[in-house]
Amino acid sequence: MNKTWWKILGSVLVIYTAIAGLLLGVPHLAILNETIRNLYFHVPMWFAMIVLFSISVFYSVKSLSSKSEIDDIKAVESVNAGIVFGVLGLVTGAIWAKYTWGQFWSFDPKQNFAAISILLYFAYLILRNAIDEEQKRAKISAIYNVFAFPMMVVLLFVLPRLKDSLHPGNGGNPGFNSYDLDSRMRMVFYPACLGWILIGYWVYTIRFRIRNIENKQQHN
Amino acid sequence: MMATMQLFAQDNGVEMADSLRSNGKIYVVVICIVIILVGLLGYLFSIDKRLKKIEKENQTDK
Repeated sequence: MNKTWWKILGSVLVIYTAIAGLLLGVPHLAILNETIRNLYFHVPMWFAMIVLFSISVFYSVKSLSSKSEIDDIKAVESVNAGIVFGVLGLVTGAIWAKYTWGQFWSFDPKQNFAAISILLYFAYLILRNAIDEEQKRAKISAIYNVFAFPMMVVLLFVLPRLKDSLHPGNGGNPGFNSYDLDSRMRMVFYPACLGWILIGYWVYTIRFRIRNIENKQQHN
Repeated sequence: MMATMQLFAQDNGVEMADSLRSNGKIYVVVICIVIILVGLLGYLFSIDKRLKKIEKENQTDK
């Protein structure tokens, strides 16, 4: 967590994708026009969130067997960081939708299910807040996390594909992975995902380290 | 009802922000975003450094 190289890598990748994302060529697609460049920003937010929530459920499961407070802190701080990226994903998606679908919120299945997924994790935080005793809080929230994570995966990736949706990749629309995402875009999109995942992980590690220090001071 | 559209391999008549590119103003957008990103990332680095200092102090205290 204290290594610097991946933080610099993440920063460089993110700055590169901001520059290249605006300046390099993109396919000319109707309705989307230049907004297709939002792919480099909106989608990496969700990837960062998924990585962080995966880390969280991993440490939740680990804390159930280890009963270690460190694992519990890792579980909650990765959720804290992940929620930020999820909210950013929802907001950037809504802004994108305003100019391509017509409204900020169309009650589109993907939008609805994504919002519900974020609410699931807000509920995780509220659940933790409701329990005073540390060990019990860790255990009960870990069990909740074990349910919340697969629910989030289903809500985001399974259910929207079964319904009519405006969102690319669902409801019969060709996903951006097919012929809309050409190799020029891939050159920016993949580094963007990696860069923002690294930044998201960085935010989580900073939160964790702060919490860790506070925890130690409390116990002294 | 089906709607069909003619798409050409090269410039297919879809409006893009070519004017912003031709008059160079796109670079203003790029530079602004880069300034914001560098600012935020620099802030992250400075928090990280402060944390490292505190962690090191904690280590030596013990």
